[in-house]
Amino acid sequence: MQFSENWLRSFVDPAIDTAALSHLLTMAGLEVEELHPAAAAFSGVVVAEVLSVAPHPDADRLRVCQVNTGGEPLQIVCGAPNVAAGMKVPCATVGAKLPGIDIKRAKLRGVESNGMLCSARELGISDEASGLLALPGDAPVGQDIRDYLDLDDHVFVIKLTPNRADCFGMQGIAREVSALTGTPVRLAEWTPAPVAIADVLPVRIDADDLCGRFSGRVIRGVNARAQTPDWMKRRLERAGMRSISILVDISNYVMLEMNRPNHVFDLDKVQGGLSVRWARTGEKLELLNEQTIELTPDCGVIADDRGVESFAGIMGGASTACSDDTRNIYVEAAFWLPDAIQGRARRYGFSSEAAHRFERGVDFADTVAGVERVTGLILELCGGQAGPIDDQITRLPERRPVRLRPARAARVLGMDLGEEAIATLLGRLGLSFVRDAGDFIVQPPSWRFDLEIEVDLIEELARLHGYDNFPTTPPVGRLAMPESCEARRDAYALRHLMADRDYQEVINFAFVEASWEGDFAGNGQPVVLANPIASQMSVMRSTLLSGLVDNVATNRRRQIDRVRVFEIGRCFAKDANAEPVPGYRQTLRIAGLAWGPVFAEQWGAQGRPVDFFDLKADVEALLWPHQAEFAVASHPAVHPGRSASISLDGIVIGHIGELHPELVQRYELGTPPVVFEVDVDPLLAVPMPAHRVMSRQPSVRRDLAFVLPRATSAGSLLAGLRKAAPDIVRDIALFDLYQGKGIADTEKGFAFRIVMQDTERTLADAEVDAAVQQLVSYAEGEFGAKLRT
Amino acid sequence: MSDLEVLVSQAESDFLAAPDVSALEQAKARYLGKAGSLTERLKGLGKLDPDARKEAGAAINVAKQKVEMALEARREALRRAALEARLAEEALDVTLPGRGSGRGGLHPVSRTLERIEKLFRGIGFDVADGPEIETDFHNFTALNTPENHPARSMHDTFYLEGASDVMLRTHTSPIQVRYMQAHVARHAAAPVMPEIRIIAPGRVYRVDSDATHSPMFHQVEGLWVGESVSFADLKGVVSDFLHRFFETDQLDVRFRPSFFPFTEPSAEIDVAFMSGPLAGRWLEIAGCGMVHPNVLGHCGIDSERYTGFAFGFGPDRLTMLRYGINDLRLFYDGDVRFLSQFR
Repeated sequence: MQFSENWLRSFVDPAIDTAALSHLLTMAGLEVEELHPAAAAFSGVVVAEVLSVAPHPDADRLRVCQVNTGGEPLQIVCGAPNVAAGMKVPCATVGAKLPGIDIKRAKLRGVESNGMLCSARELGISDEASGLLALPGDAPVGQDIRDYLDLDDHVFVIKLTPNRADCFGMQGIAREVSALTGTPVRLAEWTPAPVAIADVLPVRIDADDLCGRFSGRVIRGVNARAQTPDWMKRRLERAGMRSISILVDISNYVMLEMNRPNHVFDLDKVQGGLSVRWARTGEKLELLNEQTIELTPDCGVIADDRGVESFAGIMGGASTACSDDTRNIYVEAAFWLPDAIQGRARRYGFSSEAAHRFERGVDFADTVAGVERVTGLILELCGGQAGPIDDQITRLPERRPVRLRPARAARVLGMDLGEEAIATLLGRLGLSFVRDAGDFIVQPPSWRFDLEIEVDLIEELARLHGYDNFPTTPPVGRLAMPESCEARRDAYALRHLMADRDYQEVINFAFVEASWEGDFAGNGQPVVLANPIASQMSVMRSTLLSGLVDNVATNRRRQIDRVRVFEIGRCFAKDANAEPVPGYRQTLRIAGLAWGPVFAEQWGAQGRPVDFFDLKADVEALLWPHQAEFAVASHPAVHPGRSASISLDGIVIGHIGELHPELVQRYELGTPPVVFEVDVDPLLAVPMPAHRVMSRQPSVRRDLAFVLPRATSAGSLLAGLRKAAPDIVRDIALFDLYQGKGIADTEKGFAFRIVMQDTERTLADAEVDAAVQQLVSYAEGEFGAKLRT
Repeated sequence: MSDLEVLVSQAESDFLAAPDVSALEQAKARYLGKAGSLTERLKGLGKLDPDARKEAGAAINVAKQKVEMALEARREALRRAALEARLAEEALDVTLPGRGSGRGGLHPVSRTLERIEKLFRGIGFDVADGPEIETDFHNFTALNTPENHPARSMHDTFYLEGASDVMLRTHTSPIQVRYMQAHVARHAAAPVMPEIRIIAPGRVYRVDSDATHSPMFHQVEGLWVGESVSFADLKGVVSDFLHRFFETDQLDVRFRPSFFPFTEPSAEIDVAFMSGPLAGRWLEIAGCGMVHPNVLGHCGIDSERYTGFAFGFGPDRLTMLRYGINDLRLFYDGDVRFLSQFR
């Protein structure tokens, strides 16, 4: 909502300056977003009449003018193309101060000039710089232009919250300022227009769930070509509206002044009478904004005998719009039920001043006043003869009295305002009330749609009292120690662990390109956004990997040669049985990626590219103390020979592998990153440490070196050995992998360390030998291993 | 000087002259070896008569002790010198950089969220979580924003294809709804419902994108419901938080009336730093208010008996203010040069 300060002050004029007024509104919930002067600061500019214009002897583009500013005629040299004898213009006289210029007596190409004729831009009124600002012929010569154009004014832009629909008009804001300052408000004056003709346009309301009240009148013989007076134009312009034509301007003016949307029909274009009803399926309407829409049965319309004329409460139709030739009109002001207006304009992709107001609620008591105000202005400015007002009321909102308990207010607000103060504040808001025991029974007014329950009134009290004036108290609560669950960690523990292992956390968008879902998740059925902000952000990701790979590509373009990133975020997939939102599984995952050298380039470490096993160690650290199983498994984004599933207690919780070479090429990564992705939930539960008595007996170590077929999986051999080992074996670890000289190309060597120990006694050599033999036999029998000698 | 004294003195100077251990051992042999001059003299004692033997023997033994001491002293000196030489040899350039793996870091917004959680846990708040694809009921209706309510246009919502009743959550308030419902169910039998004190951090989504708006961003909402929770308490908690978060008392906090469907009275929270580049400017930083009775009602809480407040902060904005970042988009661009500044 934008308006002129002077217009507001014509209704209520508290003794505070512009800045204080702005602060007052902001701190009352009418946030002033913008505040600027109506014109630049300048002085010494008056209304002048150009008496004569003569060519400059030495310059083609300059003219020498004689100008009347009220005293002796002044000679002024002027370069504006539109200067002409007889026109009235602003003239900066000698001594005037304009933005950036002080006006002095001067010679221009040898001709004396005693001032400057001004454009709108030179006065900081608008950007119009093509010529002098032409003033109306009746502008009084010699008057200070600031007074004449009412330039000592400010434009306020306030951001209205949806509950304060009553402040979409000057009178509403004036009421608010009055309530805040105690300064009385003077509302717009109107007197019923004399009824000169008997004409009535028949109107029938067929839908009382659409229209609660409909008031209107016929006016004949208006001059639609009349000029809009400057004062009205100025107020409209400072309210952010262009002046269009006298009838439109008057209609808009009354809407802004009284927050009373209204409509003026060209009566001669209306066929028969009007009916107010819901639209019928398939009905079409060309709106004033030249958009043609197809209506649905939940849209309200005003129709005549021929068809739909206007989108009720939202926008008039083109077929009955006024033009310069309009002579006879019908002025309408109605109360449309908010429910019947809400969301309709938005559905058709536009908004309108009327819809904006009606969907939030417009005073239903002032339709007649609105019609009278419009009538008064039309009769004054366009002439004409008015018919009687036809006021039909079908259904008006109830305004039930609201009980306000001072004790409840004190409990909610944390401060007792006292009954006297409450009474004063209610009075300033114009709310009438009666007392019932200690309570106030408050009658909400017709213009407020946000005073329905007690807390609505409590908010009003708080607002008027001033939020700043409530105490800021440290809260009082029961002190109970929070739970501290040792067998659980939070996602921040995972973040810090990853950061400690040289990974940088990133946060990527949850919506991605549809092709990424195919490339990185093999997902042809992603969750699709109905209204994506851009096509490359159109589906919800089901994997974090695509974002991490994109991070590599982005950073590589910025000449970064080593990227280690991770993200914790939700992944989305369709799943009819998902909880808590059926249809959508939303799993929190952690994913990591390492690309480039394993270490940042440095003096003391051999440079080599990061590989699968570097990342595997990171994953093992992340899972620690859980022991995960890694098994050969395929993944759409991963090199098939360097790819493993990650399982915990037999359940697959994630995947690790080197990015598929095709994706490395497609996403221009140069070298392959290694990636992993794991569900977060299983990682958050950690086992409680359990103490086990240590053995005092000496341990025995034996090393076993096997030669095995190349394809043997270390993991399964190790797992098998552990299973096959007798009780005295405490630990089996793989400590060497050998391929090359000395063994066949189809083979490889593994060396295992076997540690044996008994809790009670020293092991006998025979026992140790037997245990070793048991393991050797197992490896030979199950894996075709040969003991290497 | 007796010839024994001469011999001792000769040995001492021979030992001193030995440049290394092997030269020293050779020199030792000349005096104390099998054919060494002192050994020879000891062997010669047998030829003397008993009295002379005793006297001469004592003298030789004194001399031998002196030679052995000299030898030991020289050995120690050489050992020390060798150690010195080795230590000098082994000296490192300790100013070379440390070796091995570096460290990464948290995203700056995560850093902020972790700090926020810590601050609120300190006054007994729990952290709650919830889904990002939400139902219309939890995101809007339960929060007193029925269909067609003008407040819905304050949120430009991402909807999903083929489903009209779900959306990407536009705020983390639905977490509060879910939490309240569960809390009420859990404590249905209790004579007094235990207080609810939670914060709900998370990602939220709105159809908006420029230097100050990202289509995905973060929110932390907070909720305190109990038998005596007031607007004054809300002011207290929020302003305490802001001073602790920015670690300064040089910060003005003001509460300005506003409107949210789910709170009443509602307020916007502005802060103004008293120093620094933004000094003196009011910056909108959060929204808050007393929980609307309809919201409590939707969650099964008796709004006559219990009152509560709720607030919602933008951690992205808090992070920008905290570290002097001026472009929100940097957070979601994945540029490691930017992100690694917050280690």
